Amino acid sequence: MSELKSIAETEAEIVDDFSLLDTWEEKYEYIIDMGKKLPVLDDQYKKEENIIKGCQSTVWLTADYRDGRIYFSADSDAVIVKGLISMLIRVLSGHTPGEILNAKVDFINEIGMMQHLAQTRSNGLLSMIKQMKNYAIAYQAVSS
Amino acid sequence: MNVINEIVPALDIPALRSEFPVLDVRVNNKPLVYLDNAATAQKPRAVINALQQYYNGYNANIHRGIHHLAEQATTAYEATRAEVQQFLNAGLREEIIFTRGTTESINLVASSWGRQFLNKDDEIIISTMEHHSNIVPWQIICEEKGARIKVIPINDEGELDLEAFYKLLSPQTRLVAITHVSNALGTINPVREIIHAAHKAGALVLIDGAQSTPHLSIDVRDMDCDFFAFSAHKVYGPTGVGVLYGKKEILEAMPPYQGGGEMIAEVSFEKTTYNELPYKFEAGTPNIADVIAFRESLVFLKNLDSELLHTHEKQLVDYATQKISDVGGIRIIGTAASKAGVVSFLMDGTHPQDVGVLLDQQGIAVRTGHHCTQPLMDRFRIPGTIRASFAIYNTLEEIDSLAEGLHKAKKMLL
Repeated sequence: MSELKSIAETEAEIVDDFSLLDTWEEKYEYIIDMGKKLPVLDDQYKKEENIIKGCQSTVWLTADYRDGRIYFSADSDAVIVKGLISMLIRVLSGHTPGEILNAKVDFINEIGMMQHLAQTRSNGLLSMIKQMKNYAIAYQAVSS
Repeated sequence: MNVINEIVPALDIPALRSEFPVLDVRVNNKPLVYLDNAATAQKPRAVINALQQYYNGYNANIHRGIHHLAEQATTAYEATRAEVQQFLNAGLREEIIFTRGTTESINLVASSWGRQFLNKDDEIIISTMEHHSNIVPWQIICEEKGARIKVIPINDEGELDLEAFYKLLSPQTRLVAITHVSNALGTINPVREIIHAAHKAGALVLIDGAQSTPHLSIDVRDMDCDFFAFSAHKVYGPTGVGVLYGKKEILEAMPPYQGGGEMIAEVSFEKTTYNELPYKFEAGTPNIADVIAFRESLVFLKNLDSELLHTHEKQLVDYATQKISDVGGIRIIGTAASKAGVVSFLMDGTHPQDVGVLLDQQGIAVRTGHHCTQPLMDRFRIPGTIRASFAIYNTLEEIDSLAEGLHKAKKMLL
């Protein structure tokens, strides 16, 4: 986790990474690889209240608030969604509630993965971004 | 208004495919391989043209107008009813009711028949493999009436346990609502035996024909079902049109489903008398254009040799089962002796959704998920499946593409 990199900088970094990948196979292999590398979420967090239920795959999301910053952990039973989640965590985790609330999260569109946001019913990715922002709203309220 | 249907030579697949414009589409720079036909089938040109001809040539509201266009539209609308009657081999045209789809057809029966005839402690029998559309409407009316739902179990092959069914039948059984062909497994259920046994027990039977009408010849009189529901869009017709067939004496005894125009004979604030069948169940302006175009899909099918089509479709299912299994690490879900249209499966160590996404990248359209049959998925203790479903225009080469696509997905995911 980069302490000082801004959300926009991390997004740009991911977009840069993707610009080196020519084919759809390379792009998806990259995402799948990130999905596989995402640290396993401890079973204690895989409880009903942390589930963001999609129609097909399940996403678990938890957040930890330390020193004014939010740290996210997440998991999914589908590896491509997990890869996308891993990128979202890389972008948003470790930032302040205000920064997270202001984040546009445009990189998903820029790397050509917009269809996964459109499939809200099937993979819950869009609900996950909303939920991350909800955590930000909640922690902002707590801290003020 | 009449659309000339070219008669496609029997199983000249390229000619047959050329009647379906969307099959030429490219997806992700690859030729579309459309294997999601159980969700909705593609439409032949005749259907698309009929829609355009209606709006360009004789759009009018039906049944009440006295002007030329209204008469033309009414004639075309009723011609579809006659065609559906023939398609199902129903005895009477007034036994054919147009709805928005199979779901609405089932809801109509649950709501209208259920309201009139269902009492406390009555029982409705469904099965483990029902689509949510053949579960939830019964739950709603049973809850309202204090009636109960009984469920026929299935075996590991995905076949109904008929012995268990016979034991579930009782003097309390009012209705058996069962799917003809399972949308998630492809199992063809022995509906004649089920209907016979149900009738002996004094119960009515509703057959969900959404998945059987695209693949099997239907004869509601021979089957002797009391209700039969299906959707136009799965038999190459437009979306937004469904059919409820019901035996006349039963439909006549049922109260209207919705109130409004079309379904009335006379209205005063004291009392309204209802129109005769089938209009009693067709409140409001119906989906005129799509009903009219629906006839073209039925005529299209009628002009093809159904025996050859059945053989071709069976070959597709058998070949797909073989090719998919050959990929390795595959578990086929639904291995009934008698199947139609569908091969459902899982790939070891992968999530169905991931496989579906990677197939899509290769231009291959399949369905992944629980297919609106969550109780069935629970029965198999799986979150969902990957489902390839076939139509008359699919080819063995497309199944080869699916197999290659699966090999690639497997390599990328494992």
